Amino acid sequence: MAILEIKNLKAHFHTRRGVVKAVNGISYSIEPGQTLGIVGESGSGKSVSQLSYLKLLPSPPLKIPEGEVLFHGENILAMPEERLRTIRGNKISMIFQEPMTSLNPYLTIGSQLIEPLIIHLKKSKRDAWKEACAALSRVGIAEPEKAMKSYPHEFSGGMRQRVMIAMALTTRPEILIADEPTTALDVTVQAQILDLLREIQKETQMAIILITHDLGVIAGLADKMVVMYAGRIFEEGPVEKIFHQSEHPYTRALLRSTPRVDVLQDKIPVIGGSIPDLSQVGQGCPFYERCEFRTDICQSTFPTSRKIAHNHETFCHVEKFQ
Amino acid sequence: MGLTYILRRLLTMIPVFLLVVTLVFFMIRFAPGGPFSAEKKVPAQVLKNLEAKYHMDEPLIQQYFRYLRDLSRFDLGPSFKHSNRTVNEIIAEAFPVSMELGLISLCWALLIGISAGGLAALKPNTFYDYIPMSLSILGICLPTFVVGPVMVLIFGLWLNWLPVAGWNSWQDRLLPSLTLGFAYAAYISRLTRGGFMEIRHQDFIRTARAKGLTETQILLKHSLRGGILPVVSYLGPALAGIITGALVTETIFNIPGLGRFFIESALNRDYTVVMGTSLLYFTLIFVCNFLVDIVYVLLDPRVKYE
Amino acid sequence: MSNSLWSDAWARLQKNKLAVFGAIFLTLEILLCVLTPWIAPYGFETQNLELTLARPSFAHWFGTDNLGRDLFTRILYGGRISMAVGIIASLISVVVGVIYGAISGYVGGKTDTILMRIVDILYALPFIFMVIILMVYFGRNILLLFVALGLTQWLTMARITRGQVISLKQKEFVDAARSVGVKTRYIILKHLIPNTLGPVIVYLTLTIPSVILEEAFLSFLGLGVQAPMASWGTLISSGVEVMEIAPWILLFPALMLSLTLFSLNFLGDGLRDALDPKGARD
Repeated sequence: MAILEIKNLKAHFHTRRGVVKAVNGISYSIEPGQTLGIVGESGSGKSVSQLSYLKLLPSPPLKIPEGEVLFHGENILAMPEERLRTIRGNKISMIFQEPMTSLNPYLTIGSQLIEPLIIHLKKSKRDAWKEACAALSRVGIAEPEKAMKSYPHEFSGGMRQRVMIAMALTTRPEILIADEPTTALDVTVQAQILDLLREIQKETQMAIILITHDLGVIAGLADKMVVMYAGRIFEEGPVEKIFHQSEHPYTRALLRSTPRVDVLQDKIPVIGGSIPDLSQVGQGCPFYERCEFRTDICQSTFPTSRKIAHNHETFCHVEKFQ
Repeated sequence: MGLTYILRRLLTMIPVFLLVVTLVFFMIRFAPGGPFSAEKKVPAQVLKNLEAKYHMDEPLIQQYFRYLRDLSRFDLGPSFKHSNRTVNEIIAEAFPVSMELGLISLCWALLIGISAGGLAALKPNTFYDYIPMSLSILGICLPTFVVGPVMVLIFGLWLNWLPVAGWNSWQDRLLPSLTLGFAYAAYISRLTRGGFMEIRHQDFIRTARAKGLTETQILLKHSLRGGILPVVSYLGPALAGIITGALVTETIFNIPGLGRFFIESALNRDYTVVMGTSLLYFTLIFVCNFLVDIVYVLLDPRVKYE
Repeated sequence: MSNSLWSDAWARLQKNKLAVFGAIFLTLEILLCVLTPWIAPYGFETQNLELTLARPSFAHWFGTDNLGRDLFTRILYGGRISMAVGIIASLISVVVGVIYGAISGYVGGKTDTILMRIVDILYALPFIFMVIILMVYFGRNILLLFVALGLTQWLTMARITRGQVISLKQKEFVDAARSVGVKTRYIILKHLIPNTLGPVIVYLTLTIPSVILEEAFLSFLGLGVQAPMASWGTLISSGVEVMEIAPWILLFPALMLSLTLFSLNFLGDGLRDALDPKGARD
């Protein structure tokens, strides 16, 4: 039973230069305890897809012209702001990419950590403080009482990200959205953070939506993945399946272009060209210009879903890749 | 931690202060046409007071220490021009008036400036933004001695709403303090708007929103501290400006404050009053800048570590 | 490379209507002030005791003051003083500030730290008091006034120059590594001057109104320009005295001063925006 179902979500930015279609019709769902990875290049719309329905992007430029986002069957997009606020940071929490700037430098860690507990769970300040300390221990921060009274700039990037995770988890959310949580961190710290997330997920059966451009991170944590490009989804399916038997030219090219440590490579195959201008996308497949398998119909119509298996689908006109 | 920072600041200020004080000593002593100079163009009674006070036959270095000792007792010496008054008496009478004017003006400046700037930041690029910001240009460009007379003309003479001279009733305080505060209100409104707009785009505001805080909670708890910092830094220069502006305001509105006395003394070449008042003002500015630094450190925890 | 910066800035400046207005107004004003001795309708001192405190009319565009002197003429002459103060004092501040800042930045090390600490401390003090004290001590000599006013503004100039010199010092070494001896100096001259010039010009256009303001302030209080000379400050002060019965004597000089300050500020802001490589902001 899916907790979150996104149906044909579109998010457009109305700028002076035109309408930028950052998210152009995406659909997927997530179950409890599942980790959904959203993979794509910069500009693919993967962050916007999550920020938009939580109304975390400035709304004059942003408009959501179409789509439904069902949380336990209820459409979030239609909710009034006060209702949405009870879900934000409570049932659906989010952590961001830049731990250095995502915490308020003028307030102590403690003061920021207890906010969700007081606001959503209506705890007293004392209880909230205790629970926040426990949360800090849980994410591996030594001397939590001292940490609570410290300021963000006294911590390293990895520690700050742990604090962010603790902050997101205090309310025992059903879904944790992690937007490039490890991109700004060292590789060793990355591994630690991912381990932490995995542990916590096992304990709490929390669903995780993991947004990243790093296929290694997906391989390490996600069960199911979605490949996004220029606001569209190209492929969806179990991580193992897609990594070994992708049925989409873009995904294949992406996988091919990942540097490998087990094979000698003279050149790393890159995908020639660049992402199209998102204010100029038409009805066709946005990968048309860069795709080696393109045909005429690709330019005029975006492909409908083609099911490879019961849980693996792809969006491509071409059926055989050789 | 924070204490070492404060001590360090004090240590840099003290030698500077001493330097200024020493300079003042020499300037009083070497004033042309003064009692210490060859041509003693000073009224006889004043000369007698000065000689009694300064023991002018003593070696210079002893005079200097006598001077420092007097200063530590807040004794600024006799007036050069008014033979029966000391500088301290003049200051004691006039300073409280100026202090009151300055404080009220500063209050206006902060009240109007922060509200206007805050509102503009809350609703940017709207009516609430354009109007105050355009008015603020007026405040920043126009000098007090232009704004003052014009205000007097409009509100005092033509509309007859407010009194234009004197310092008796509470209504007397209105026009002068608004005049003096106007320029600073203008600048503060811009700083506030700028400060809040800067904060608004920061990532941690997005985090706060993602945690489910209301816009008011975000404004009051998360934006306030950072947003108000530029205004806090400005308080030092603002004070210096208000002191300077008071010179003009007291003149225009006929207020018996220290500023007006200072100008009179400057025109009359009453050296001790001029130097004594300047010393007082410099000290005030030093102390206030120091306090502002402390407040800044309290608000921005990152500063301590520089 | 330097050329495209200037032409790009010029294009951006032209689009800024307020700055253009400011520039046009200032040019007209400077022209009027320079040509004053030839175009002023009356003598600066010419009194007409029959026609004191007269309203503006065809004969006297701005009216006359309490001694029957033509206000328009006096404003023109006052403008010459204000402009002169603005330019001369600002130039002094530029010279002092640039030399101080360049030395501090170039020499670096402890000297730099000390020199900049002095600047930090001086920043907090209201220079007007210093100027007043100087006036008290050395009499109200107009040349002294110019110099003293110039010295109130050099601090910012010093800071900017130092910043530029420091960032250029690093470039200089790269170039020096590639070239030999004499050529290095040319590179310094060729890069240092155009690169420092930008911010210096911008601050010059903001220094000039500050200085003009300070002079007017002092003159208003009687501590600046002395009779028989007049500047806008003294004219405004006389205007306040007769404000009730002849408000135009206050308003016209005040208007001229205000418009001049506006124009200079708009122009300065416009130049700063035009020369700022980051382009448009909020």
